[in-house]
Amino acid sequence: MRFSMLSSVFAQMFKKPWTNKFPAKYAPSNTTQFLKDVKDGKAEIIPPIPPEKGFRGKIQYDKEKCIGCKLCIKYCPCEAIEFKPKEKKIKIYLARCCFCSQCNDVCPTNCLTMGEEFLLADADPYSKDLIVE
Amino acid sequence: MSEETTTKTSYHIPVGPIHPALKEPVYFEFELSGERIIDVTVKLGHVHRGVEWAGMRRNPIQVLYLAERICGICSYCHPAAFTLAVENAADIKVPERAEYLRVIQAELERICSHMLWAGVAAHEIGFDTVLYFTWQIREKALDLTEYLTGNRVTKGIMTIGGIRRDITSDMLPRVKRDMQFFKDNFEKLRHIFLDDKTVKMRSQNAGILKKDDAIKLCAVGPTTRASGVKKDVRTGESYFAYGDLDVKCITPKDLTGTVNGDVYDRIIQRLLEVKQAIELIEQCIDEMPAGDIVSEPKIPKLMNQIKKVEGEGVGRHEAPRGEVIHYVKLDGKSDHPYTWKVRAPTYNNILPWIPMLKGEQIADIPIVAASTDPCMSCTNRVAVVKDSKRYELTKEQLHKLSIEKTRRLMK
Repeated sequence: MRFSMLSSVFAQMFKKPWTNKFPAKYAPSNTTQFLKDVKDGKAEIIPPIPPEKGFRGKIQYDKEKCIGCKLCIKYCPCEAIEFKPKEKKIKIYLARCCFCSQCNDVCPTNCLTMGEEFLLADADPYSKDLIVE
Repeated sequence: MSEETTTKTSYHIPVGPIHPALKEPVYFEFELSGERIIDVTVKLGHVHRGVEWAGMRRNPIQVLYLAERICGICSYCHPAAFTLAVENAADIKVPERAEYLRVIQAELERICSHMLWAGVAAHEIGFDTVLYFTWQIREKALDLTEYLTGNRVTKGIMTIGGIRRDITSDMLPRVKRDMQFFKDNFEKLRHIFLDDKTVKMRSQNAGILKKDDAIKLCAVGPTTRASGVKKDVRTGESYFAYGDLDVKCITPKDLTGTVNGDVYDRIIQRLLEVKQAIELIEQCIDEMPAGDIVSEPKIPKLMNQIKKVEGEGVGRHEAPRGEVIHYVKLDGKSDHPYTWKVRAPTYNNILPWIPMLKGEQIADIPIVAASTDPCMSCTNRVAVVKDSKRYELTKEQLHKLSIEKTRRLMK
């Protein structure tokens, strides 16, 4: 058969596209202005598709449970975790984190868990959002 | 123009290393006579990243995630081969359930990879509607990967002595539903690729790799099987749970009855492998025994065990593109591997390009080159290719070269 895709192409014309138009239907010409508008309530962000259950997102750290055993530092593949000797607690730099959740597995007190947040882009690698402590 | 007046001298066209038609850096030099390709030279080594060197400064658990980043598409098979190598060296037994789960992940990756390839191949011949159709199916496979492993691409599922995530009974309906989706769409895809005139026109009798050449040049994976060589690690060696499962080494002969070794056969081969992967996942789900998923859940304890081991191990795994080999040597003193050597399948599938491309037209280059599913970043290791002779530089030679360059610059 010569045009085996033709039927699908015509059917597609009347279907909704698979793409989720996140964050807006058309790419905003000025992102900062768009974000300002969202804050003022003038524009609306089309939400992203929520991740599956068990997704490995931003690390959540329960400081109270941490005993400062340094196991997570030893097994972190990208050396994203720093030890704070005075407090005997850790500091995680998300800009280096590869979201493998290996620290969650080795932690003896289960003080580390993976959250669902994944929109972590930032111009500054040391910004407040990218450091967990 | 008469025969006498035509100039018969051939001319050279260099393509790459950075070229809009190439997705990854590789350098070709074509010798052409009109539209025909007379000779091809391939030069590699543009994306050497020193992954092995970095691996020798990390402990095996950390290397797993480094190995994952050798290739984005084969992000399961590299840690899998590394794990097999370490398990071979340290003699670690893996629970049976984990072996089945490993097969499910490996075959799911095969579906993803072959679907991606089918889309790229269609794109190379200018059939972009099929690209969107195949990637729509692949999207479903990626969603399933995210559901099973926690991420779409970098899965982080492998660990030494088992696997990190279980497939529980409440996850099974979703897996079964998606497998049914793949099966339904597979028939449509088979019809498009095997019966459509556009695909046939471009792929039949293009880029022929003969059986003898495939054996001689050590081609691996679908590239060699499409030429009729029955080479498959899954049947050749019993690893994971493949020994218990019904795995056959398939060639295009099973569908068409003949083997030509052309691009069309490589398309058939990959489609048959997608079908086989779906069947294998279904078999695994039915036959999976209950039990543990890791041999040693306490990672520090496992690491102490590996630390004491002195010896070497080889891990072989049938990746979507062919056989991937990892070699690991442990010295029993430090917790870092003493040596780590990776051989990615594309390394073997580069040289078959030369017989494939000879005699073809310039316009056939993209589809013929894409038909082996090349992955340059995986391939670039310490080997240096210069003037089509392969050799490896030793430390002394490198040092000598370095001194020579310094002298040259001082002049």
